[in-house]
Amino acid sequence: MKNIVIIGNGIAGITAARHIRKKSDYKITIISAETAYFFSRTALMYIFMGHMKFEHTQPYENWFWKKNRIELLKAYVNSVNTETKELVLDNGTVLPYDDLIIATGSKPNKFGWPGQDLKAVMGLYSKQDLETITKYSKDCHRAVIVGGGLIGIEMAEMLISKNIPVTFLVRETSFWNKVLPAQESEMINQHIKEHAIDLRLETSLSKIISDENGRVKAIVTDVGETIACNLVGLTAGVSPNISFLKKSNIKLGRGVLVNRYLQTNISNVYAIGDCAEQHKSIDERNAIEAVWYTGRMMGETVARTVCGNASEYTPGNWFNSAKFLDIEYQTYGWVWAKPKKDEARFYWEHKEGKKCIHLNYNKETQQFIGINTFGIRMRHHLFDKWLKEKQSVIYVLEHLKDANFDPEFYQQHEAEILTQYNRENGTNLHPRKKNWKQIFLKG
Amino acid sequence: MKLIKKIGYILCFLGFSFFVGSLFVGTYKVSPEVFNQWIQNKEIKSEVFIKNTKKDIVNIELSSWKLSRFIIKNAEISNNYIKNKREIDWNKIIHIKWNKTYKEYVFPLVRESATGWFVQNTELWFFLTFGLAILGGLLVFIPDYKLLGPAGIKNNGIFQHSATNRGILGLITAFFFIGFYILLYFFPNYIVNPILAVNGISKALSGNNASQWFLYGFMYCSVMTVFAVRMFIKYRHNKYQFIRTAVVLFFQIAFAFLIPEILVAFNKPWFDFKNAWPLNYSFFFDWNINGLINSGNLGIFMFVWGVLLTLVIIPIMVYFYGKRWYCSWVCGCGGLAETLGDPYRQLSDKSLFSWKVERWLIHGVLAFAIGMTALTLYVYFSKIPSWKELTLGISVYDVQTWYGFFVGSIFSGIIGTGFYPILGNRVWCRFGCPLAAYMGFVQRFKSRFRITTNGGQCISCGNCSTYCEQGIDVRSYAQKGQNIVRSSCVGCGICSAVCPRGVLKLENGSDTGTSRTEIKEVILGNDIDLLSMTQKND
Repeated sequence: MKNIVIIGNGIAGITAARHIRKKSDYKITIISAETAYFFSRTALMYIFMGHMKFEHTQPYENWFWKKNRIELLKAYVNSVNTETKELVLDNGTVLPYDDLIIATGSKPNKFGWPGQDLKAVMGLYSKQDLETITKYSKDCHRAVIVGGGLIGIEMAEMLISKNIPVTFLVRETSFWNKVLPAQESEMINQHIKEHAIDLRLETSLSKIISDENGRVKAIVTDVGETIACNLVGLTAGVSPNISFLKKSNIKLGRGVLVNRYLQTNISNVYAIGDCAEQHKSIDERNAIEAVWYTGRMMGETVARTVCGNASEYTPGNWFNSAKFLDIEYQTYGWVWAKPKKDEARFYWEHKEGKKCIHLNYNKETQQFIGINTFGIRMRHHLFDKWLKEKQSVIYVLEHLKDANFDPEFYQQHEAEILTQYNRENGTNLHPRKKNWKQIFLKG
Repeated sequence: MKLIKKIGYILCFLGFSFFVGSLFVGTYKVSPEVFNQWIQNKEIKSEVFIKNTKKDIVNIELSSWKLSRFIIKNAEISNNYIKNKREIDWNKIIHIKWNKTYKEYVFPLVRESATGWFVQNTELWFFLTFGLAILGGLLVFIPDYKLLGPAGIKNNGIFQHSATNRGILGLITAFFFIGFYILLYFFPNYIVNPILAVNGISKALSGNNASQWFLYGFMYCSVMTVFAVRMFIKYRHNKYQFIRTAVVLFFQIAFAFLIPEILVAFNKPWFDFKNAWPLNYSFFFDWNINGLINSGNLGIFMFVWGVLLTLVIIPIMVYFYGKRWYCSWVCGCGGLAETLGDPYRQLSDKSLFSWKVERWLIHGVLAFAIGMTALTLYVYFSKIPSWKELTLGISVYDVQTWYGFFVGSIFSGIIGTGFYPILGNRVWCRFGCPLAAYMGFVQRFKSRFRITTNGGQCISCGNCSTYCEQGIDVRSYAQKGQNIVRSSCVGCGICSAVCPRGVLKLENGSDTGTSRTEIKEVILGNDIDLLSMTQKND
């Protein structure tokens, strides 16, 4: 019986373990130093805000692991010896393996700012980070968040829920505009301000100043302004958490380098999730994908390979989602911050400025490339199907009612959207009636 | 805004204090006429009891506690006296049972004999209790429009607040809820003063004096109204919640409160047109059937309507819309759960164990209700009196009494509502309601309703499961891309509302049966060629 060891109990490692168990009778051991049981990292913010308790973020009850013969080990891996196929744990235990799956995720980026390791300066990634922010927010009079991305805005939402004034430093000219087109980015800027968050665009951090107890008492921005604060969130992205592998024979880039089978240079060692780096990017994707969904997909794929059905990682059409304070965001296919030269765009925004859709398509062929949708939920499987079928933007617009996934009785905007498209493009499109057969078509 | 909210809390607290305080004050004076009438109505035959009680209570000002005590004490004395005789005259025994004697014997006398301030100042008294509490409640919730910030899901602090996380405030709330139900069901003789507060309204509506049930109905409607305002503000961005709350409130006030009272004013039977058997377990009891049949055409229509509602309308509606059309759009129990109970929805147990308990209990109650009704109809058509022993010393009346006591009072009232702050707001609907169990079968096996999962967008955060009042582990379905088709789902729509990634949608699709729950694996993750995989036998 093969002995599989998985380092990391996040979504990637856990998905791998579950699928290996479904397909095989192998011995499975999962090692984590963070928590005893799997929890949903994306829900840390809700624990802080009091929407949930930690136990609610655990997708499986505690008996699940024993019942499925998945052994959980709370320990930190100090080193990996690929020749003897052994791990050395921080408690001195030497753990043998036949196949090793590395799923250690990320750690928050720190760019060598002076004072970055002071007390009450933190990222938001692990359970330990949650404990730190909970502790220091109790007497926080102002917080500064550095970095205009998804975790930054979540951290801002957490802190304002406790009535803590927040200053949000964003290096770029507009929020997350390396990913979002200008219109969406501006909509979120406005929404951030509506929540009374002190948004500072084109501002970055130069240093963090300590008080006499080693806790932050102020920060200084690159324009020389000093902002008094006693909590700092560093959310300038994440990078693979792989320092424990530096002395091993496993080949590293920024992450653990893997091929399409998620295999490292050592044949029985795999890497999945945030910490894996593809030798060559797949389609338009990043070589390192630090996304919940891709972690889950890689876990599923590697399970198949480990169980004897060597499978390539084929992540299919890109999708993602997030929530910016009260505005939900979903994306299917690709909508770049700036259109490529053969691409055309169609943008519609609701008059109240909290809903919009942005379609990206090929100028010549009209082929639909992707959609950003804010404040309107859309059906994943329909967009996936339309992308696969290479439907035209016109087809997508005409069938938009099928894709609407908002709760019943919500105001629908398809007619308004098409009117605007017709006006801009001199067409005469009408929204097709919602069609259940279309929606539930298999495949 | 915060000041207004604080004033609201104070007013609400005052109204509530007057309400509770009034249980301990007030005087009652039994007149000789009322006393004689009472002896006659209750068919009391013990001379010892009549003599002693007359001496103790007639024309004497007493508190409701003393008055009740005298009656029970004299009944005990009388029973002892009679039982000590050589030949026991069983006709003269007054049966003393804690859950019956107070409400059936003591209450009518106390109710008739109220005197003093509470009787003379009905309007002021109404204002001091209901007036202040309702006004205060509205002042507490309306400022949330500003205080909660821009519209959106604002569940901040729910698990960090004592009232909503089984803390001391939650326990105190539960204590009062449970206490109220115990008094209402078993000791209404102690809540005559609160009943007097709504007497004017009862007179205006039906011309009758208010009973404890009128008080309950009025409280039910006012609590639901105040908490519906809270829902309107909390979910002002969510039209499904807005419309649903408005409709369930309408059905409660119109169908469970106003229409029945107005029917009574016109000498027609009190009838709640939306209350279907087996939730309305006494629908087929002999007194109800006879009462309806003897009330002319309208009565017969009511009887036929009741049968049609259960056998035809409900299954058809559940087929098209799921049981939500009843449980969270029409039903009174659901209405209270979705308004007063909304702050407690997160307390429902999500474990697999509780699901097992749920299935045994709710189907057990359904079997009990069907068995009891079958027996009832059997004796009805065989013309056997319901009090007559059938077997093992048990009569149909006994079975009905047990059901009424254990299911009707203890389960649906005391546990179902009293325990909101401890067990969550749908304990009755999830574990006990036989109508929910019946509709659950239709919803599970033949309905267009499902909660659709949006492909692979789930991040397993757990908001949906946490806020499911029915304790359904919604996430366990969502994270594997499977639609949710569960017999217990009441379609409140909160899982969809709290989802931060737009993964869940309640809808009525064209496919029914098991095809609703097929997993579309491809969408979840990899672009696997499923056909080739089956050939490889993976």
